Formats: sequence, C-alpha cells, structure tokens
Amino acid sequence: MSPDYYLYLSAILFTIGATGVLVRRNAIVVFMCVELMLNAVNLTLVTFARVNGNLDGQIIAFFVMVVAAAEVVVGLAIIMSIFRSRRSASVDDANLLKY
Amino acid sequence: MTPAKALPLAAGYAHASGVFSLMFLLVLLPALSAAVLLLGGRRTNAWGHLLGCATPIASFVIGLVMFFGLIGRDGGQTRQIDQHLFTWIPVGTFHANANLLFDPLSSVFVLLITGVGSLIHIYSIGYMEHDFDRRRFFGQLNLFVSAMLLLVLADNYLLLYVGWEGVGLASYLLIGFWSYKPTAAVAAKKAFLVNRVGDLGLSFAVMLMFATFGTFSYAGVFAAAPHAASGTVTALGLLLLLAACGKSAQVPLQSWLLDAMEGPTPVSALIHAATMVTAGVYLIARSHPIYDVSVDARTAVEIVGAVTLIVGAIIGCAYDDIKKVLAASTMSQIGYMMLAVGLGPGAYAIGIMHLLTHGFFKANMFLGAGSVMHGMNDEVNMRRYGGLRKVMPVTFFTFAAGYLAIIGFPPFAGFFSKDKIIEAALDKGGAEGWILGLVALLGAGLTAFYMSRLMIMTFLGNRRWSKDAHPHESPRIMTVPMTVLAVGSLLAGFLLVLGASLQHYLTPSVGPSVEEGAHTMAPAVLTALTLLVVAGGVAAAWWLVYRKPVPVEQPLNVTPLTWAARRSLYGDALNESLFMRPGAYLTRALVFFDGRGVDGVVNGLAALVGGTSGRIRRTQTGFARSYALSMLIGALLVSAALFVVRAG
Repeated sequence: MSPDYYLYLSAILFTIGATGVLVRRNAIVVFMCVELMLNAVNLTLVTFARVNGNLDGQIIAFFVMVVAAAEVVVGLAIIMSIFRSRRSASVDDANLLKY
Repeated sequence: MTPAKALPLAAGYAHASGVFSLMFLLVLLPALSAAVLLLGGRRTNAWGHLLGCATPIASFVIGLVMFFGLIGRDGGQTRQIDQHLFTWIPVGTFHANANLLFDPLSSVFVLLITGVGSLIHIYSIGYMEHDFDRRRFFGQLNLFVSAMLLLVLADNYLLLYVGWEGVGLASYLLIGFWSYKPTAAVAAKKAFLVNRVGDLGLSFAVMLMFATFGTFSYAGVFAAAPHAASGTVTALGLLLLLAACGKSAQVPLQSWLLDAMEGPTPVSALIHAATMVTAGVYLIARSHPIYDVSVDARTAVEIVGAVTLIVGAIIGCAYDDIKKVLAASTMSQIGYMMLAVGLGPGAYAIGIMHLLTHGFFKANMFLGAGSVMHGMNDEVNMRRYGGLRKVMPVTFFTFAAGYLAIIGFPPFAGFFSKDKIIEAALDKGGAEGWILGLVALLGAGLTAFYMSRLMIMTFLGNRRWSKDAHPHESPRIMTVPMTVLAVGSLLAGFLLVLGASLQHYLTPSVGPSVEEGAHTMAPAVLTALTLLVVAGGVAAAWWLVYRKPVPVEQPLNVTPLTWAARRSLYGDALNESLFMRPGAYLTRALVFFDGRGVDGVVNGLAALVGGTSGRIRRTQTGFARSYALSMLIGALLVSAALFVVRAG
C-alpha cells in the first residue's frame, strides 16, 4: 500500500482541524479540532518514519502525544474555570485581553 | 604653596617692601566697605555714608604716601614695585598670579581715582542726602573705586580684565541706580551691552596673548611683542582698541555714554568723566610696547580719536540737556587723549597728562552741573536755566574754572595739555600730521563754542526758570569739593607741565618722550593760533546764543546738521539699522526655524510613530480565533516562502 494515502488522509484531517479552529466558537470543539491537527501531524510523522526506515518520526510522535496529553489537562482546566465564571464556553466571549 | 620669594620676578621690577607692602590695602579697603554697606543692609544706614567716604580717603592717603615713596627712589632704583598677593590659578607649571604693580603710570591713576573719588564721595553726602537709598549708593560707589584701583594696579592682563569687568558692573549698577525710572533701567542695560562688545575685544586679546606668548603678564607680553609676527601684534592692538572704544565711549561704541547720564550726577562725574571712561586710554598707554611695534594699530587709534573728537564736539553743540552736553564733551576730550596715545612713542605721556587735567576739570563741571540741578529741582534742560550767576555764586565761579580749563584758556589746566596734543599731532608731519592737527584745532574751536554756549545758557542771560524753581546755593559739603577741584583745574596743568615733570616721571612706564625735534609750526605761533581759534569759538557762542534771548522751546527751523547733532549724529539710528534690526530679524528667523523646522521634525516623527502604533494596536482584538487565523496565514506564508526558495 502506497504511503501517499496516509499523507492524503493526514492532510484532510489537518485541514478539517484547522477549519474547525477558525470557524467554531465552542471552546471544547476548538480544542478537539486542535487535537485533530496534532494527530494529523502524528500520522505524517509515522508515515515518513516508515518511508525512511528509521524510528525518529515515531519517537517524535510519542513526544507529541505526551505533550498533547499534558496540554489537554491544562486546557480543559482553563476552559472549566472560564465556564464557571462566565457560564459560557464561547471563545469569542473571552475577549477582554486586547488593546 | 610656592613662597613669594621663589617666584620669578620680571626684569626691572622690585619686590614690594616697606610702605609699598600696603599696596593691597588700596584695593581691599574700598572693597571691604562696599561689602559691609551692600551686605549690611539697613542697619548700616546711619553711618554708611561716613564709612563709604572714609575708605577712599584712606586709600588716597596710602596712595599719596606710596607716591612720595616712589618719587623718593633715586635714579639707581627701579620705580616699578610688584607685590605678589597669591597664585590665582595654579595649573601644572602655569601660574596665573594675582600681582599688583605700582609704577609711575598706575601711581598717577591711583591718585586721580582716590583723590577725585574722595572729593566726589564727600560731595555725594550732600547730593544724595534726601535719597532713601544713600547707603546702597555709597556701597556701589566704593565697589567702583575698588574695581578701578584693581584695574590700574594689576600687573597682568587677566587681573586687569577682572577690574575691567568690575568697573563695568559698578557702572551698570550706578547708571541704573534709580532703576524705578524706565529710562535709567534702559540706559544701564544699554551701557552694559555696548560695553560687552568692547569687553569681547579685551577677552579675545587676552586669549590671543596667551595663545601666542604663553603669558599675559605685562612684562612677559611686552618682552615678547617686538619679536612676534607683525600680524599678531596688529591684531592685539586692534582688539585692545576695540576694548578701549567700548569703555571710553569712542566711535563706533560711543552711543551709551549720553544715556548713561541717567545715573546720579556724582556717578557721572566720577565714572563717566574722570575715571572709568579713561580706562581705555590707560589700556592703550599701558600696552604701549604693542603699539610701538604696530604702526597700523596706532593709526587706527589715531583715527578713532580724531573722529570721536569731532563727533563728540558736534553733538555737544546741539543738546540742551546740561549733563548730555558734558557727556558729549567727555567723549570729545577722550578723543583727544586717544589721538595723543595713538601718535606713538613719546606722546603717551601727553595723553595721560590730558587725562589727568580732564579728570579735574570735567569732574569739577559735573559736580557744578549737579549743584545746579540740586538747586533747580533736578531740571536738566538748559533752556530752563539762565541768570544763575547771581544766585549760585560758588557754583558759578568753580564751574567757570572748569570752563576756562576745558577751552584751554591760559594758565588753566587744559591750555597746557590740549596745546601739547595739537602740537604733537602737527609734529607728526606729512599729510597725516596736518589732518590730525587741523582736526584737533577744529575740535578746540568747537569745544570753546559748546562750552561757552553751556555757560551762557546756564549762568548768564535772562531767567527762564519754571514757576516752582527756587534756585539756591548748595550746602558747604558740596561746594567745598567743587572748590578743591576748581583749584585743581587752575593749577594741575601748570604743575604737570613744569619742567616736563610728568613726562619724565612716566618714562619707566610709557617710554621716554621724544627729543624736541623740528616742529611743523613754531610752538609760540601754534599757541597763538590755537588761542585765536578758541576765541573764535567763544565769539561765535556769544554771537549766536548771548545776543538774543534763548527760546524756552527748542527751535525747529534749524539746519540739517543741528538736527543730526540733536540725534547724536544718528549714532543710535545707525546702531539700530545696522545691528539691532538685522539681529532681530535673525532671531525671528531662528525662532521660526526652531519652531517649524527642528521642532517640526521631532514632533512629526513622534506623531507618525504614535499614529501608526495607534492603528496597528487595533489588530489586538482579543478574539482568539483571529489570532489563530493570523498564525495560519503566517505559517502558510512561511511554507510558501520555503517552497519558492526550494523550487528556485
């Protein structure tokens, strides 16, 4: 099976994720889209590791997963506390930090 | 510190010892009383004028004793006594010393300043009696005496400069003594500014000396001057002349002296007639080795003297203000002195002689004018005087002595000194000698005319007093100094010329007088001619002024020359159009350039940065998704750039 298909899939997933980040207002969905982009990148890394025949890409993919897990913890905590104080999970409502 | 003995002393100078070690007291005593009177405040009011008189008199006594001590030194001993006070500016191997030099030239100045100064101080007790600020007056007068003594006693140009600025300050303070009068305040400012132009000359001269010779002591500069480049020496001479022009009110810096008459009359007598304004002549006579070398600088001095002599005399003919006539006359007489010292080796002593006799008779006449004003409710317009001879006999007779002295009536003082100047000018020979001699002769005639006019308008003729004037003779304390000065006006010239005593005495300071050479015109003939011209001037005044009653209002149908003279020959107008207006335009242009140009660039840049950042700030919307979009665009741009670079 050609590795190209994996790369196509990865590009599609990344595009869906990026579009989601830009167009959705719900913080949870935006968050999920960020995870989608991360995993699309992971897929690319693993694919190229396979193509090149070494393990570097796979190792980086593990690192990304670890960082993503940590990020999920912090991110969800922030979203929770924003929701508690504002009764809303919309990213557009939290816009006080500006000019 | 370096002990005084170890200091190298210029050749020919002797260390001050004995009575000469009191030299510093001459300067210090008036300075101390000035400090007491000016800092002591109102608690010194009661006795301030007595202290103010005591210190110049004490200085005079010390000066007199030192003068006789100097005469007592016979031919073998040097008559130049140097006293080291302290090292003023010690920098490495260079020492600017505060040294005083008592030599024949400074000794006659010390006697003139303290002698005439003491008399004028005494006179001021009476003249300023009703002034609430008499103590301050005496304090500033003492400050002047102290600074003037420092000026003439300094043994180097730097210390002379200190005295020079000191008398300028005192002159400024005293012209503006009645500073509540706007005219007095403006006159003081004008005198200060015009003097500043001259002072610039002196400071440049001191710098040039230091740069060229590495010293500014008289001895050092005079020893080096004959060997220096002629251009440098001429530049020095011209710079010193500029300084002298400012201080001595010579053309082209003459305009301040007429306005300086706003000051109290004793100030006009002491500062603006007898002493300070003659400092320029002193400077040039003192710097004679420089002028001995440079003929060009000397010619410039001659020209300045001759021009001022005539300009002052013409102005004196037209003014109705008695003090301004005397001030114009002072300008003219200092012109004579300048002419004399400009004539070069041998003639310096003649200039100094006229300076001394002028100190007597002009101070005498200023005090007389003050006495007249004292009796006439401070009226200065001579058209409001007339017939004062009967009511103020002492003033009349003392003034007459000064009058006869200034027009050169034998045997009064001016006869000897002015005659000598005319003679020396003619003896110069050639076209130069004839021109200068005839100018001096013409000046003598004009002097006779304007002084006779002043006498006639003030003391003779019909009484044109204003209704509330009740003229009376001044108190004894004012008339006694006037009498002493009148005696001086009568005798000074005769004593100084007797056996050429002054010229011999001054030889160590200003060089020997020239041998009696061939005269352009026999002295007896010249004297007769001079007297004839003077008589012509007196007759003209009698014809024009005495014959018909003097109009109380200034007549308006007069010749253009009179118009010009009434405006001091457009001196102020010239200054205004040449310097003041262009200066004002330049200032305005600079202000415009600064406001619009420099400030414009700076402010414009700040506004540009502020405005731009104000707009760019708006991109910080606070919406997380817009930041995400810009990150995406950025990432795409970076990727595209990488792609292009790789593909290229």
